[in-house]
Amino acid sequence: MTTHPSPAVIARYADREADLDEVMVWSVEVHLEDCADCRALVAAGTADDTQALLARVAAAVDRGIAAGPAPAPRRRWSAARNRWLVWRLMPWLTMTVAVLGCAVLLQAVRPSLPSLVAMLAPVAPLPGVAIAWSRRHDPAWELIAGTPAAGLTMLLRRTAGVLAVVVPALALASTRTGVSLALTLLPCLAFTAATIALGAFIGVRLAALALGSVWTLAVVLPAMDTAELPLVLQPGSTLVWALLTLVLAGLAATRADNFRRLASHN
Amino acid sequence: MRTVSAAETAPTTYPWAVHAEGLRVRAGRHLAVDGLDLALGTGVHGLLGPNGAGKTTLMRALATVLKPAGGRLTLLGEAVDGRADLRRVRRGLGYLPQQFGFYPRFTVREFVEYMAWLKEMPKTAVPGAAQRAIERVGLAAKAGARMKTLSGGMLRRAGIAQAIVNDPAVLLLDEPTVGLDPEQRLDFRELLRDLGVDSCLLVSTHLVEDVVAACTDVVLVNEGRLVYQGTPDDLIARGGAGDPGDSPAERGYSALLRRHRAETDR
Repeated sequence: MTTHPSPAVIARYADREADLDEVMVWSVEVHLEDCADCRALVAAGTADDTQALLARVAAAVDRGIAAGPAPAPRRRWSAARNRWLVWRLMPWLTMTVAVLGCAVLLQAVRPSLPSLVAMLAPVAPLPGVAIAWSRRHDPAWELIAGTPAAGLTMLLRRTAGVLAVVVPALALASTRTGVSLALTLLPCLAFTAATIALGAFIGVRLAALALGSVWTLAVVLPAMDTAELPLVLQPGSTLVWALLTLVLAGLAATRADNFRRLASHN
Repeated sequence: MRTVSAAETAPTTYPWAVHAEGLRVRAGRHLAVDGLDLALGTGVHGLLGPNGAGKTTLMRALATVLKPAGGRLTLLGEAVDGRADLRRVRRGLGYLPQQFGFYPRFTVREFVEYMAWLKEMPKTAVPGAAQRAIERVGLAAKAGARMKTLSGGMLRRAGIAQAIVNDPAVLLLDEPTVGLDPEQRLDFRELLRDLGVDSCLLVSTHLVEDVVAACTDVVLVNEGRLVYQGTPDDLIARGGAGDPGDSPAERGYSALLRRHRAETDR
């Protein structure tokens, strides 16, 4: 949800004489970078002499750009920002993809086995999510925990990075083995949401470990013993998984404040 | 538009940049800060205390990475409780933790820019702010060097650069002189005096001489409580010839600690 600055704040921002503190100025500037409507409000709120001054400055800048050297290529800033994450996650994501590949091969060799891909789908993203939000794996954890950006949004951003690898791998594995796409992706998303929701209380790493262990002991091992697909992964269960995903995601959103502090259990 | 820094407006918009009443903070299960009262305004405040006095836990609470277990904490005019707008408060803070974690493959500039981004500074302001912060700590020549190639003293300076990149109204430096040689410490004292002109700077250290040389105010804590707050000259005056220490300031420090221990033992 986008919260627009009030017209009064925008008017004070546009007023050169107004005394806005720097934190408020930042908030407005960050918002203006992505909101054309509010930029138009600022433009409309400036005096004629200010607009004339801006027009002269713009013309001078344009002349300077035309006469100056070609600009340096823009740095791939976002790539640098996420480099450490990619570096840390690479072994875990590689392992996850390799395990899914083995499941596909095993399914091809032993078609009588219950779908290994479907059974692995819920736990596939958990190692990556646990590593992405772990003080043991992020050297700047304490530094980052004290910044305004720290919190659920950052966790979700990192989780999205994990899912960007795991979901296509799962989709590919399910199409290769003929398993329903919904029965692999929905449990995967539900367990990811469950890890975040439970992680708000006991830490993401511990939540991932607990959920992975419970799923393995309660579903995977019995299914391997009976050689039958468990009830929770039968075709009729997709609606339940979808609802569960929504409920858990909602629960995680209500506990957003729990991720803003340094927690010893992460 | 005239932009006014948060630090500049601090004395007029709220009486104290940092105000704690009966503050209690846990470090794990241990109550490391136990009923601490503290009021800090603009200036350089040296935080002294023996090992285990609760200095680092206090710094973490002031940096909002640890949640207070009790009492009242107000930062930049905002009460830091369950309803606090932590994002807004954190935009006005700068923090260098005792364990300064960093990404070894980042360059100094990338690291400082990354922290500026986490502090939710406007995208257009980030490169300039990072360059100014790097120049201010004297690392301009190393801006393109990877963090892993820096010496201990340079790393601390890079840590300070990320802390000041947002021109914070409250700057918290936990043991910033660790790893600095005597010459670097002299430079560092100069930097502290410069930073404390328009912000509330709290420096935690074991080195009494650094506090006397660079700070306008001394805060002494022991067993999680405030033992003393006053000027360096007053601290020196508290010491007697019979108190342990190699300098008048150390003798003052020892005398105050002795007196506090005697009072608490009674």
